[in-house]
Amino acid sequence: MEDRIEKRMQLRAPVSRVWRALTDHREFGEWFRVKLDGPFVPGQISRGHITYPGYEHVKWEAVVQKMEPERLFSFTWHPYGIDAKVDYSKETPTLVEFRLEKTASGTLLVLTESGFDKVPSERRAEAFRMNDGGWTEQMKNIEKYVAQKS
Amino acid sequence: MFAALGDETRLTLVAKLCGGQPRSISELTRGSRLTRQAITKHLRVLERARIVHSVHTGRESLFELNPEPMEEIKNYLDLVSEQWDRALARLKSFVEG
Repeated sequence: MEDRIEKRMQLRAPVSRVWRALTDHREFGEWFRVKLDGPFVPGQISRGHITYPGYEHVKWEAVVQKMEPERLFSFTWHPYGIDAKVDYSKETPTLVEFRLEKTASGTLLVLTESGFDKVPSERRAEAFRMNDGGWTEQMKNIEKYVAQKS
Repeated sequence: MFAALGDETRLTLVAKLCGGQPRSISELTRGSRLTRQAITKHLRVLERARIVHSVHTGRESLFELNPEPMEEIKNYLDLVSEQWDRALARLKSFVEG
């Protein structure tokens, strides 16, 4: 059973630019749609709130693992840990890694998220319940955002 | 899920589907004292509990067992994966814009 997600994407921007977008907490918040309380520091908890329309009540929490300049940024978190009544800290988190590589046209970004076999099945079911109600609305938000930007 | 299985007819249906081969309602009704309609009703209960699902081939509905929990993990990964696609697309326009 495949237990990880891997995405590869070519970005037409220098590695230094992508690194800043990933690791500057304000820039990260811009595209990830989260308002973070402070900068990312390896070994420390990063806290904030989702700014995605309709999910503003959702807390963001991750533990920054590695920050190897212009190469690797990683954190652990609980994907879809959206229920304020649940203590997710007792569950094994998944590991998110962003790897950067310089290419002729800019930067190759490789994202991996691993450790899904440890996510409890109730949590997976919960993600679906949230998804059912939320996606249509979120799709509209994305379209709106993209339309504004272009 | 356990409630859905707490019935002799439904347990028999699940047993029949355990071979992995999708079966039509007619096939599943054969050898049973129940009507096609009653069997269909039981299948719907199993479907709602996500124990079985139906696939349509031509005019017929075939039922098969859900390969839990493998399928569930796959669906979950697809969902998280989709979220990443959207986030990375936003990152792309952010750094390229």
